[in-house]
Amino acid sequence: MIPQNVLTAEALVLQIADDIGDVLRLRMYQMLFEIREAEQRAYDLFLQRLVKGTSHLSLGQEAIAVGCAAAMDPGDLSFCTYRGHAHTLARGVEMEKVLGELMNRDNGLMRGNGGSMHLTSVKHGVMGSYAIIGAHLPIACGAAWRAQYKGQKDVSVCVFGDGTTNIGAFHEALNLAVIWKLPVIFVCENNLYMEYTPISEVTAVADPAAGRAAAYGLESIVGDGQDADEVYRIAKRAYDKAREGGGPSLIEFKTYRYSGHSRADPAKYRPAGELEDWRENRDPIKIYRKRLLDAGISADIIQQIEHKARLNVNEATEICKAAPPTSIDILSTDVYADGGWAWRN
Amino acid sequence: MAELTYRDAVARGIAQEMKRDPDVVFIGQDIGKAGGVFKATVGLFEEFGSLRVRDTPISEQAILGAAMGAAMTGLKPIAEIMFSDFIAVCFDYLANEFSKSRYMTNGQVKCPLVVRTGNGGSACFGAQHSQSVENWCMMIPGLKVVAPSTPRDVIGLLAASVRSPDPVVFFEHKSLYAVKGEVEEGEILEALGTAKVVRPGTDATIVALALMVPRAITAAERLQTEHGISCEVIDVRSLVPLDTRTILDSVARTSRLFTVEENPRLCGWGAEIVSIVVEEGFYNLDGPPVRITTPHIPLPAADALEDMAIPSVARVADTVRRSIEA
Repeated sequence: MIPQNVLTAEALVLQIADDIGDVLRLRMYQMLFEIREAEQRAYDLFLQRLVKGTSHLSLGQEAIAVGCAAAMDPGDLSFCTYRGHAHTLARGVEMEKVLGELMNRDNGLMRGNGGSMHLTSVKHGVMGSYAIIGAHLPIACGAAWRAQYKGQKDVSVCVFGDGTTNIGAFHEALNLAVIWKLPVIFVCENNLYMEYTPISEVTAVADPAAGRAAAYGLESIVGDGQDADEVYRIAKRAYDKAREGGGPSLIEFKTYRYSGHSRADPAKYRPAGELEDWRENRDPIKIYRKRLLDAGISADIIQQIEHKARLNVNEATEICKAAPPTSIDILSTDVYADGGWAWRN
Repeated sequence: MAELTYRDAVARGIAQEMKRDPDVVFIGQDIGKAGGVFKATVGLFEEFGSLRVRDTPISEQAILGAAMGAAMTGLKPIAEIMFSDFIAVCFDYLANEFSKSRYMTNGQVKCPLVVRTGNGGSACFGAQHSQSVENWCMMIPGLKVVAPSTPRDVIGLLAASVRSPDPVVFFEHKSLYAVKGEVEEGEILEALGTAKVVRPGTDATIVALALMVPRAITAAERLQTEHGISCEVIDVRSLVPLDTRTILDSVARTSRLFTVEENPRLCGWGAEIVSIVVEEGFYNLDGPPVRITTPHIPLPAADALEDMAIPSVARVADTVRRSIEA
């Protein structure tokens, strides 16, 4: 569930009385917009040398993060990849903590010990962003095993890219999840490119995740990752099934990343016009804005939401710029549970 | 006091902790219904059931990944990697995941788990089922590394490992499984990071681990009776945390240091101990510290070759004697 505090348009005219409804839909729109702004801001701050290291942006992929998070219960757990800013924000983690971590500030989510690729906020159910491909799929299985063993009702949602489907841990995790009937949901963001190589050139099946589902006795599920409502509905169905003891699901969402794999990648390998086509015709924010307008939500309310989203990112940016840099005091803390790094007496 | 094998001590140690804490669970390949390929976990499946003692496929990444996910959300898993050589196929979890998650998340994520694994040679299993790989783990910040040499320590150090809030790699020596030792009734709990003087002596300190401990003790007895050389033998027991105090104190008394390591020489744990003693106890030394190790070779399968490769009682005794008499 996307948290209440992002909802700005209080004066709602109830236009859409379906399974999602106006209230959630407007929150989802704000989150889509806010993530877009935040990712663009992260890029701009990098050019200003205020974000260092690397970053892997979800520009163009926002609807998967928003739909998946919106369908979750507060106690559900997210396991993300190094392309995890969007999923972390979508679970309600504070904007300034995410930007602060990217900017190596003391107010960052992990005070600078983690960085862009390892965003984690346990209190929001964001159980980590993992930068070794495939590692978090078995980990999500373990979290789901704990829920099953303790009779708890949370589900573990594990998001990964198309490239992950060709690494061994993907297959080990799927097999384990099925044989143990674990409440885990595997979500593949197929953005068509592994890193620099089209996923189709290096994968035995056309749908890198869904095409493997049958091998594990799972339903083959492919969804439009640009439509937050569709993501929400597919995810919700899988979560409900897992919560009721029906076991795991593997979902493949088709999407597209507007930027390169990481900040070092200019993405010159894409055919001419492909990016422009996705931006023009498959952009998740455009799709959602049109849906709201078609349903009779006023342009004024939509503008208010967009304004609030921009404001949140701007305010967070200023807070982070003013925040002190990472404290050198944490260099050797939390290596071990005693709080320090001592390995000998 | 009853005699117990090292093998049976494993099952007793796990059972002790599972009875104490319902959050302790156990997974691995063939550990449950089959009782473990080394028969070290017999009876646990029957006692604790299939949800707590869970057989897995041959999926080492899934085993350690699942253990981590369970640990970070509230359980205290024990995971078995059958042969320590197989750590190589799931090394990511040791090297990158549960070792680093606490640090990377500024203390948010905690992974209290134990990886039990059968380590070491002298069983003619060849190069991929015989290695001593404790140094693979010792070099990783965030891990603790333990290797017991006696049945009693198996129970006591396993209990300490399960109760440790940090991830622990627990190396059981395959060639010690059949060894018997005196073990008292009731709960047994030792402390991690404590080396043990298992034989007092005055002329030299021999530091050993796991299977090398009984060999070092036998060598020390031989040196005493045949040459009148009195050796103190220290069982390191825990490589991380490392009890350097016990070792430095011993060297201060004996003025000589020998390490007996089953691992191939390069970057073995003895190198770290030697460097600490040289840096901090140099003026106590009467001669150069000497490392007795397996050569820098893969382990051969044939018994005659394997026996030559791994430090033997004779090699330890000869090396110590020649070094002291030089």
